[in-house]
Amino acid sequence: MKIAVASGKGGTGKTTIATNLALILSEMGKSVQILDCDVEEPNCHIFLNPEIESTIPVTIPLPQVMEEKCTGCGICGEVCEFSAIAIIKGSVLIFPELCHGCGACKLFCPEGAITEISKQVGMVEKGKSNGIRFIHGLLNIGELMSPAVIAGVKKAAGDEEIVILDSPPGTSCPVIEAVKDADFVLLVTEPTPFGLNDLELAVGMVKVLEIPFAVAINRSDVGNEDVKKYCEREDIKIILEIPDDRRIAEAYSRGDMIIHAVPDYRQSFETCWETIEGLCL
Amino acid sequence: MSKEIVVISGKGGTGKTSIVASFAALADKKVLADCDVDAADLYLVLNPKIKHREDFSGGKKATIIEDACTGCNLCIDNCRFEAIHYPLLNNGKKATTPQINHVICEGCGVCVRVCPAKAISFEPVVNGEWYVSSTNYGPMIHARLGMAEGNSGKLVALIREKARTIAKDNHLDYVIVDGSPGIGCPVIASIAGADLVLVVTEPTLSGQHDLMRVVELTSFFNIPTIICVNKWDLNPGITEEIEVKAKERGIKAVGRVRYDTAITKAQIMKTSVVEYTGGAVSEDIKSLWRNVVYALG
Repeated sequence: MKIAVASGKGGTGKTTIATNLALILSEMGKSVQILDCDVEEPNCHIFLNPEIESTIPVTIPLPQVMEEKCTGCGICGEVCEFSAIAIIKGSVLIFPELCHGCGACKLFCPEGAITEISKQVGMVEKGKSNGIRFIHGLLNIGELMSPAVIAGVKKAAGDEEIVILDSPPGTSCPVIEAVKDADFVLLVTEPTPFGLNDLELAVGMVKVLEIPFAVAINRSDVGNEDVKKYCEREDIKIILEIPDDRRIAEAYSRGDMIIHAVPDYRQSFETCWETIEGLCL
Repeated sequence: MSKEIVVISGKGGTGKTSIVASFAALADKKVLADCDVDAADLYLVLNPKIKHREDFSGGKKATIIEDACTGCNLCIDNCRFEAIHYPLLNNGKKATTPQINHVICEGCGVCVRVCPAKAISFEPVVNGEWYVSSTNYGPMIHARLGMAEGNSGKLVALIREKARTIAKDNHLDYVIVDGSPGIGCPVIASIAGADLVLVVTEPTLSGQHDLMRVVELTSFFNIPTIICVNKWDLNPGITEEIEVKAKERGIKAVGRVRYDTAITKAQIMKTSVVEYTGGAVSEDIKSLWRNVVYALG
């Protein structure tokens, strides 16, 4: 069972919820792994302190022209939809940062003059923490293709029964790559106008992807009632509410787990999990 | 010449948009650009009146024409994004022609070109809309990306270009850009060539970790960078650590904004913090803006 924790707005508490859920499941004796798919700014390791056991490079294919075979016909540039290839005075110029790795240039070159090399854009680290299998990805600084690293994280997944996936914020390419094959998405928000606006966008996204979902409200007692009214109107279940508790904020700032630092909240996470299980069956 | 300041954060939810909205109220002669096209929130505070709207198309998408498809599967074999599958019908059987999932399709056109039956159409798609608006604070460029659409980097580049044109044509002093979280495609598109980046962070281990990655990014692209710590008093120890670490990298910490529920209240009242309260938190933001202006030179 694959559960993605996502949100339109950043900083709503995705990582807090994903790591605490994973830890409580592990403490309940369940077989669980956590995939940190926020490869631009991964944070799960700060809370779970995993022991990293192996590192896997993530590469994307990048075209390279064999000068001796190239006739300068320009077909590679014509078939590249991303303007990543220009032909200047009969010689081929490749712009790696624009390349999507689709392979069109290689496929359609009539001379077979294009090969592909592997370019590293990030890496995946695997390890263990408190009985949880831990996998996260790191996009290299300056690289654009975070979806490739996210795909790398997912490919490195183990066979644990429950997969908790911490998604990057937003609603575009990286988020879709992270959540597209989840069985269930938990959308985290906060009860503010920004929280509501971005929740509506995230709901739109999971509806396009046709994945069942529910909402968690973090800092649920700040702001106003509009998020709850929206969920009621749209018939969306709210399955977890975490109040604005200074003890939680402090634990978070130090990288501590809520269920350990403030055990009052264990029950909320347990109930949240039972609800997800019920909704997934 | 106008100066462009881009506000980013690495970690999400550190208060970028609240601070940009206050800058909007504090700065003279400026244009605002919301480049967080994934989750654009600045409009909720600045209440823009749309004067001009335009469709945004970031590329094309492929669609299989059922009647023309012979089911040879060449498209499936050559699609590197695994965007083409035979859908399951209601009766549990596989359909006779494959379908292209537009959410996953990158728009590379490989399938279109390998199809021997010419059974795949390839048309530009509208990924979103962008707007030129007027606000009480000055002109604003913003956008809305369609549901589950990609190409946010291209849209960010377009918004910045329009904002700079408006600044130039109207002899404005500042282009103030609200950026997105992370360090990937839309962030790179929002900072490339900017005069100054302000990173808004928070005093948590996550905030600190993400700040370090984002300042590595700005130094990779050689963009002058300053930082400020929002909600600094939630953990004064980490705040100091962040400021020391920044200094070690030659980056100035130019402000501390205290934790105040007025920031959320202002958002609910759809106004900027500096207009909502004359309290100490507003003074923090005003002093931050003065330091930003100084850093812009």
